[in-house]
Parts: sequence; C-alpha cells; structure tokens
Amino acid sequence: MVPTWHYLALAAALFTVGVIGVLTRRNIIIIFMSLELILNAVNINLIAFARHWGSVDGHIFAIFIITVAAAEAAVGLGILIAFFRNRDTVNADEIDLLKW
Amino acid sequence: MSVPVTDLLRILPELVLAVFGTLIVLVEPFLRRTQKSLTGYIALIGALLALLSTLAPAMYPGPAFNGLVLVDGFSIFFHFLLLMITTLTIVASFRYLEREGLPQGEFYALLLFATIGMGLMASGNELVLVFLGLETVSIATYVLVGFRRTEVRSNEAAMKYFLLGSFATAFMLYGIALLFGATGTTFLPDIARQLAEGGGMRTLALMGMGLLFVGLGFKLALVPFQAWVPDVYEGAPTPVTAFLSAGPKAAVLAAFLRIFFTALEPLSGSWVWVIWATAILTMCIGNLGALMQDNIKRMLAYSSIAHAGYILIAFAAHSELGIAAVLFYLVAYALMKLGAFSIVSHVSAGEAHQSIDDYAGLHARHPLLAACLTVFLLSLIGIPLTGGFFGKLYIFTAGIDANLMGLVIVGVVNSALSAAYYLRVVKVMYMSEPQGNLAVVPVPASLVFVLTLTVLGTIGLGVFPSPILQFAQQSVLPLP
Repeated sequence: MVPTWHYLALAAALFTVGVIGVLTRRNIIIIFMSLELILNAVNINLIAFARHWGSVDGHIFAIFIITVAAAEAAVGLGILIAFFRNRDTVNADEIDLLKW
Repeated sequence: MSVPVTDLLRILPELVLAVFGTLIVLVEPFLRRTQKSLTGYIALIGALLALLSTLAPAMYPGPAFNGLVLVDGFSIFFHFLLLMITTLTIVASFRYLEREGLPQGEFYALLLFATIGMGLMASGNELVLVFLGLETVSIATYVLVGFRRTEVRSNEAAMKYFLLGSFATAFMLYGIALLFGATGTTFLPDIARQLAEGGGMRTLALMGMGLLFVGLGFKLALVPFQAWVPDVYEGAPTPVTAFLSAGPKAAVLAAFLRIFFTALEPLSGSWVWVIWATAILTMCIGNLGALMQDNIKRMLAYSSIAHAGYILIAFAAHSELGIAAVLFYLVAYALMKLGAFSIVSHVSAGEAHQSIDDYAGLHARHPLLAACLTVFLLSLIGIPLTGGFFGKLYIFTAGIDANLMGLVIVGVVNSALSAAYYLRVVKVMYMSEPQGNLAVVPVPASLVFVLTLTVLGTIGLGVFPSPILQFAQQSVLPLP
C-alpha cells in the first residue's frame, strides 16, 4: 500500500509547479492551466486525506471543487475573450491600462 | 430522504433570492427592449422579500442540514446588513444601467446570486459550504466587474480580478485541504475540538491556517494582498464598485471571524500577532496610497483598504467587545461607502469624469450632492455626529480594552492622516471654480432615495448609535 505522504508530496510538487506557472508565465491561457494544476493538487490532497481518515468528506469536497473549477474556467475564458476582442492579445504584461 | 421544514426556514432568505434571481433570467428574454427595466423592480422586490424573510431564521435559530448551516445572532445580523447593501445597490443601479445601455436582467440576477453566496458565507459552519459561498460571490462578481464588456478598462479590471481572485481561492483551498488532513473534518466546531484536545497534526494545521489566511486576506484586500483593489475598483462599473466595497467584504469578514474565532480558536496564540502586524501594514499602506491619488474611485479604493485595517484592530482585540465593534463598524462603513460611490456614479457620467478635479465647484452645480458627499467623507474620517466616528470609537475602545495600545495609536494617527485626502475633495468641491463644461444632470429619483437612506443612516448612527450597537452586542459570536 502506498503511504499517504507519497500522495502529499505529489500534491505539493503539483502545487509548486502551479504557483510558479502563475507567477512566471505571461500567456493568460497558460496561467489558467497553472491555476487548474493547483486545484488538482488540492484534489489529490483531499482524496489522500480522505483515505487516511477513512472518511468520505474529502471525496465529496473534491467533486465540488471540480464543479466549481469548471464554472470558474467558463467565466475566466469568457472574460479573456472579451479582453481579446478589445486588445488583440492574451499577454498578461499588456494588461496595463490601470495602474497606480 | 426528506428535508425538515425548519432547515428550509433557516435558509429562507437564500431560497427567496434564488427564486427571484431565476425568475429574472426566465422573464428577461420575453421583455421588449423598453421594458427591460422591469427586471430591476423584480430584483428589488426579491431583495426586500428576502430582507423580510430573514425574520424566519431569526425566529428559528439553530443548526440546519446536519450542522452545515448555523443560524445564530451573528448570521442574522449579517443577513440584515448584506440584504440592505444589495437593496441599495439595486436601486442605485437603476439609472446607471439605462444610461450606459448595459444588459439589465443579467446584472440584477448576478447581484442576487452573489447575495446568496454572501448569505451562505455568513451562516456557513463548515469549510466546504464557506468555500461554495465564497465562489458563488466571486464568480458572480468577476462577471459584474467586467460588465461593460466593450470597454477595455472594464475588461482589464475583470481579468485582473479573476486571475488574482482564483489564485487566492486556490491557496485557500489548499489550506482547507491541509486543515482537513490535520483534523479529519471540515466542520468548524469539530476542528476546534480536535485542535483543543491536541489531536491531529499541529504543523499541518498551522500550514493550513496560514494558507487560509492568505486566501481570505486576498478577498478582504489586506496588505500585502491588496494590489488588485485600486485597479478593480477603478475599472468596474461604479455601482458594482459600491457593492464590492461593502457586500463581499462584509461577507468575507463574517467567514473570517467565524473560522478564526471558532475553528482556529485553539491556535489563537499563533494568529493574533499575524493579524496585529497585518492591521498596521494595511492601515499605513492604504492611507499612503490614498494620499497620492487623483482619481476619486482609486482614492476611495485605497481608503477601503485602510478601513479594512481599522477593522483588523478590533479583530486582533480577540474579544466579544471587538466582534461587536466590527459589526457596528461594518454597518456604518457600508452606508458611507455606498453613498459616496452612488454620488461618484452620478457625477462621473459614462465613467469619464473620475478625476478629483472634476468635482471642482460641485457645490455650485449641485449643492445637495456636494453636501451629501461631504457627510460621507466626514464620516469616513470619523468626525463626531457621523456613524464613522462611533465605529472608530468602538474599535479603538476594544483595542485599548485588549491592551493593544500600539495598534490603537497607529490607528488614531492614520485616521488623522486620512483627513488630508478626504478634506481635499471637500475643499475642491466648495472652494474651487467649476472647470470645463460638465453638464448639470438632474438627480434621478432612485438616487435621491439611496442618498436619503444613506445620509440619514450615517447621521443617525452618529447621533443614536445605541440601537444598532445593542443589536451588534447581542449578535456576537460566543467566545469560549
């Protein structure tokens, strides 16, 4: 049987990859993908802990997160399309009209 | 499996809002172009009915849905506050949407759905429900911020809000997952029991708490997570800015208080000093930022960061007195911010005239508007006879009571500092000559209604604070 901490290490690695992606990538689509990575790291954590505690709560939470992530992605892509129509770019560095 | 009637009664305001929100979406396509404003009245009726139906949970307090929802004085207080905010925002948006030619049905429906999320955050007693409430608010407000979708600035604001908001949510979720891992439960009282008994994995719980703090701090615009606030507040349609600065902020604070004062209470030794440091940073950065602004929406955005800092003083006090002070402050704060932003949305027609210089000679053009804005700005400073004064007084009293002298002194100095930028607007309105040819637009009846309520409320709280204060004192969370 795989010990719980293996799953936690995997989740922590995914989380780190996701955070680095959000912070360093400039293409908004890639930033979205990195956000999804973080959410999936959370899901792996929840499932691993659910097995560790022998409780079903973590599974239900993971399903909720998948659902909410889908809704969030839909809204995010909608906003991105509206932005793209006006600016012709998906580069985060060009979101620069509002500052200070 | 059937749901007991009392459970449904305890979430009646949310049910009413859900019905009316759906009704608006269903009715809107069948209305002619000239009749779209009808959706606004449906939303208004829905919000008022929800306000009325808050009496149902008030009469039957207690847990619902196996303890997912906990209706107590605290959640009732927030329901009244949040529904008041939504009602005023709906009325304040009537003319704005018509003038800007924005789709009305979707706007009001999203506003009502956001309110459902806020209500669930206020009464959520379990982390999954709090998360769902937060996301309901967030997703609805992402859309609302980008509502002027042909306008680049609105797009940008929505994009920034979405990216930083969902990043914060992801952090918060990771925190919740770690807390679940440390204690094996997501129910707030059970987490507290586990942590108090020394069970669970303490390091894991502390890490989870830290990530949860980052996520909630982002939504509450605490320094160092405040960078999105000025941009989002500037780019969003002004009624949405008003709503954002009052509603979601209060709801996140409700969840924040409930999570930290019930579930994480056993770890309070580790989080009180974090709140203490964040309070100082938030007050100072907020006020310094506001001093440098020429755009009135950005100025008010930085001021709302600073106000979150004042609220944290009472939070750090870690007492029932402190919670009562937070509740009272939120009411006063919501009234003055809603009022100020409604005036901004009228004066800067078409979102074009947002500079403080555009308010030059407002006194000559609109004596009453200038007077109302002055009342709100004085209240934001905390001048006596306004709600803001008693709000700050109670917060500082709670701080002194908890021996947080340093924090209170920083708070008082910051309040004095903040007078500089608020009074600058007052000076420009009364002392400067009007410049350019800003048309004198008559004030619509809906705005008169909002301003009457907010001005009377602001002054009323400054003259007779005791009814609301007593209500706040009866609504505090019980501390162990």
